[in-house]
Amino acid sequence: MNALRLYGRYVAVSWRAQMQYPGAFIATSIGAFGATVVDFIAIWALFARFRQIEGWRFHEIALFYGVVSVAFAVADALTRGFDIFGPQFVKTGDFDRLLVRPRSTVLQLMGYELRATRIGRLAQGMIAWGVGMHFSGIDWTWNAWATLLFAVAGGAALFCGILVLQATLAFWTVESLEIANTLTYGGVEAAQYPLDVYARWFRNFLIFVVPLGCVTYFPVAAALGRADRTGLPEWLLPLTPVFGFLFLAVALRVWRFGVRRYTSTGS
Amino acid sequence: MTTAIRPYQAVFRARFNLLLQYRAAALAGFGTQCWWGAIKIMVLAAFFRGAGSTPMTLKQAIDYIWLAQALLTLLPWSVDPDVARMVRSGDVGYDRLRPLDTYGFWYARAVARRTATPLLRAIPMVLTAGVVLPVLGASDWALSPPAGWNAALLFTVSLVLVVALAAAVATLMEIITVAALSERGVNMIMGGVIIVFSGNLVPLPLLPDWLQPFLQLQPLAGLLDTPLRIYSAHLVGAAAVTALVRQVLWVLVLVGIGRVAMARVMARLQAQGG
Repeated sequence: MNALRLYGRYVAVSWRAQMQYPGAFIATSIGAFGATVVDFIAIWALFARFRQIEGWRFHEIALFYGVVSVAFAVADALTRGFDIFGPQFVKTGDFDRLLVRPRSTVLQLMGYELRATRIGRLAQGMIAWGVGMHFSGIDWTWNAWATLLFAVAGGAALFCGILVLQATLAFWTVESLEIANTLTYGGVEAAQYPLDVYARWFRNFLIFVVPLGCVTYFPVAAALGRADRTGLPEWLLPLTPVFGFLFLAVALRVWRFGVRRYTSTGS
Repeated sequence: MTTAIRPYQAVFRARFNLLLQYRAAALAGFGTQCWWGAIKIMVLAAFFRGAGSTPMTLKQAIDYIWLAQALLTLLPWSVDPDVARMVRSGDVGYDRLRPLDTYGFWYARAVARRTATPLLRAIPMVLTAGVVLPVLGASDWALSPPAGWNAALLFTVSLVLVVALAAAVATLMEIITVAALSERGVNMIMGGVIIVFSGNLVPLPLLPDWLQPFLQLQPLAGLLDTPLRIYSAHLVGAAAVTALVRQVLWVLVLVGIGRVAMARVMARLQAQGG
């Protein structure tokens, strides 16, 4: 069986398992929707008071927010196995079982669970996205759509990369470190505003270290016709989400290094 | 008198010491709070740069955000996991057998939970925002000292009331958990409600003007908004005293509701487990 079909099998099993309790699924999804919609309330309230932020309008921030939320929701749904890797696999020694199977550890951890309840965050991001597009008054071309979808793909890859790095840390620390939340949840928080509102050091961090700016700020600014704000040539902007994929590739390299020096804690 | 409160003191002390153990978690939490505070302040500063008149100054807003981060764990975000476990296992019955007033027992436990962890989290945050940042030359972004001796005194009083109020809300949430047999629903709803109405999400004075009368009257403003506005002299004189009185009233009301609710819930308690 090839890897893709096997992953499909994993997803089907995970889906069936979660649908054993449809009530819990619906309640948790609605809860996730409610918890994340709070972020959007904050944006709305601040714009109700201030009208604009450094010349950016509400609908533009809504689109930034929508794109980064959708990207994170996708990554969060896919990487449950990495998210709980420390307590669930390293601490218990269960990772040994993954290592003796003739499949890659990444595939097995991806297949651990597809978190269907993340549809709550996804829906919320899509609504913000729709609001942003609708009120922009821009005629959305296929080009702009392609730019946004590529941004989401790059963003999802970047967030997956962060979660893989978080899991890799567990090889050394055993426990999962909450600190990675600053880059996942905190990343969503930071990337919902265009980078030019931030101080220079923070902006550089979000471009060159954890390229959140490359997966949302540059392409979304281009789609909104605000390329002038970024200080980069316009043709380059839709391409920057590539750095999200690059980040994931590097993260997987580091993961492989971690796996090689893994020593079991199990008994 | 002393013998009457001794068991509650003991509960408090045992709980306090237990909670002090989680140092690594506190460190990770501290990093997260710094990061979050920095983002929020940069965004607010950007909003303020293009604004005309605002209901509070940027300086006041910055103090508000740092203190909100420092006091983060003071708020009753979720039901005490130990209580949730007790409800699930049926051990809640044991608490009924103790020769103590159950409400007082749970309230004391909730107060301990609101003092030990928050202390560990607040001190490094205040030192970082108030001392390290100015030393590094970022005074514009730093937490300023209280607006005066009066403000400092009223702030301290208000903080004590925050603990009392937070424990009352937390105990009420625990009673609902007992009635519902699960903490999930309470946690799901209260997380969002508290982050909005305490002022943690956006300082309450910056929310729309037409909402202000309601925002100031509702109980959750006393969890965060009241002390923070007193600290930076956004609330002074009679207005500050009124806000303190409002905190006291809400503590009394919520403790009263909690007692009545507990009596009702416990009268038909179903202990799970077996």
